[in-house]
Amino acid sequence: MRTRPNVIGGVVAAVWLAIVLIPVLLMLRAAFDTQAGYAQNGPLALPRTLTLENFVAAIDGGFLRNLANSAIITAGTVGLVLLVVPPLSFAIVRSTSRTVANAFRLMLLGLAIPAQVVVVPVSYLIIQLGLNNSLLGVILPTTAFAIPVCTLVLTGAMRNIGDELYEAMAIDGASTMRIYTRMVLPLSKGGLATVIVFAALQAWNGFLLPLVLARSPEVTVATVALNQFRSQYSVNIPGLMAAVVLTIIPILLVYLFARRALVAGVMGMGGK
Amino acid sequence: MTVPTRADRSTRRRGGLHHAGRPGALWAAPAVLFFTVFALLPLAYAVYLSFTKYNGIAIAAPRLVGGENWARLASDPAVPQALWLSVVLVVLAVVTQTPVALLIGVWTAGPQRGRAVVAALYFVPLLMSAAAIAVLFSALIDPNFGLPAALPWLFGDGNLLGTSPSAMAVVAFVLAWQYVPFHSLIYQAAARAVPPVLYQAAAIDGAGTVRQFFSITLPQLRNTLITSVILMVVGTFTTFETILIITNGGPSGGTTILAYLMYVTGFGAAANYGYASVIAVVLILIATVISLGMVRLTGFDRMRGTQEGI
Repeated sequence: MRTRPNVIGGVVAAVWLAIVLIPVLLMLRAAFDTQAGYAQNGPLALPRTLTLENFVAAIDGGFLRNLANSAIITAGTVGLVLLVVPPLSFAIVRSTSRTVANAFRLMLLGLAIPAQVVVVPVSYLIIQLGLNNSLLGVILPTTAFAIPVCTLVLTGAMRNIGDELYEAMAIDGASTMRIYTRMVLPLSKGGLATVIVFAALQAWNGFLLPLVLARSPEVTVATVALNQFRSQYSVNIPGLMAAVVLTIIPILLVYLFARRALVAGVMGMGGK
Repeated sequence: MTVPTRADRSTRRRGGLHHAGRPGALWAAPAVLFFTVFALLPLAYAVYLSFTKYNGIAIAAPRLVGGENWARLASDPAVPQALWLSVVLVVLAVVTQTPVALLIGVWTAGPQRGRAVVAALYFVPLLMSAAAIAVLFSALIDPNFGLPAALPWLFGDGNLLGTSPSAMAVVAFVLAWQYVPFHSLIYQAAARAVPPVLYQAAAIDGAGTVRQFFSITLPQLRNTLITSVILMVVGTFTTFETILIITNGGPSGGTTILAYLMYVTGFGAAANYGYASVIAVVLILIATVISLGMVRLTGFDRMRGTQEGI
């Protein structure tokens, strides 16, 4: 037990808290100010009036479409990850097959490949498949690069299921499939929640893959649209900040309702 | 013909018992297939494309051109420049983020009141995408509408992106803003796991807070420190959004790190997939060497337990 307070740590923590919060507050302040008010009073003064007009303008300007594209990519990625990762994790934990052990090594190798460095050949592959400028063409590689970490998280959760439970199910005559659906999946709910949050964050916040693979306006995702707004309307900072806030709201909702899973998901995300 | 007896059936049941809940390789197949096609196959494609000429248009197939792209690599001054800037950015990221993250992590692991609230607020940057963060900061540092115009005494002429060193500093600051909370969280978890008995013993021996930090906390966090630094190095080395959105690689290539050079080569006006693939292969090799090298250098592979002799 430490008797004396950690003064240096406290000071650094306080200073950094200010560094973290000031840009966030300035963002919120700008997003709720009128464009004229912002230009007149600058980024620091308290806004005279609060308005939602920037949000309305962003939505009227078609940002809803970009948000919807991001949502589709997120849902598709989460769906595919949930389809392929749990059976793999189950196999890694329970299978006696050597092939499966090698598959696990392959996944560990995959942890070291950042999606950024293979974006050129991935784009070639997606062009070959005729999937460029489609949301599916973004979902497929996004899922692939989410698989390794998700597998690691879920394998960890499934390892906690005791052998005696498997034996009990087997004595009752349950098939492998039944054991999987009735016991393994329900008992790894925590791990599955983390996997969902992780895959969703990865897909929702993704930038480079959609930037390169989905270039036409009807498939542009929110993160890429933000950058387009920035270069087109650099004068309208309140409008830009409102769009940024709109991209954060869904994650904020997840944070409020599933904080634990979100923290675990972010930890799993590593330095990406 | 033998009629199966009760005993036979029960033996078969026991055989089944051994196999029930033991999934075969087929269960792993969908994920492995997926990963192979969309993550491993591209690695092979990168090598293949590096020997071709291709502009990313579906109808014009890649044309083999031998070692042309690789020959260009040897004489292209942009590559060593980009590599140097990558190294500078990685070093900047590690020396700024590590001490801050370490101090905050250890502090938030301590017994202060209100710590949970503070920790929750630190979390905010982790909710934002790298693109959103970059857009936010690019608005904040806008010379006409951002902070430099409001605080001229602090920002001087306000053109923060005017020179390579100051633009690099901006990128490093934004990366720190984005990633320090994450690394603090790792350190916090590790610092909580340090056995309190060590601090009690040190306090009895008369060690102060600073001495305790260097003699107990830091050695105990050794493995976490290594993990955190490896993540920082590889993550910073492949930084992309922050540079594209805030500096566009400029001023005149002053922030074009290797990962961004690859993007501009492949997807810029020239759309040169072949040469971009050469840079991609170089990036993959460097990232692998860094990871393996750091693992060897630090003994991460035979990770020592930190709790021996307790």
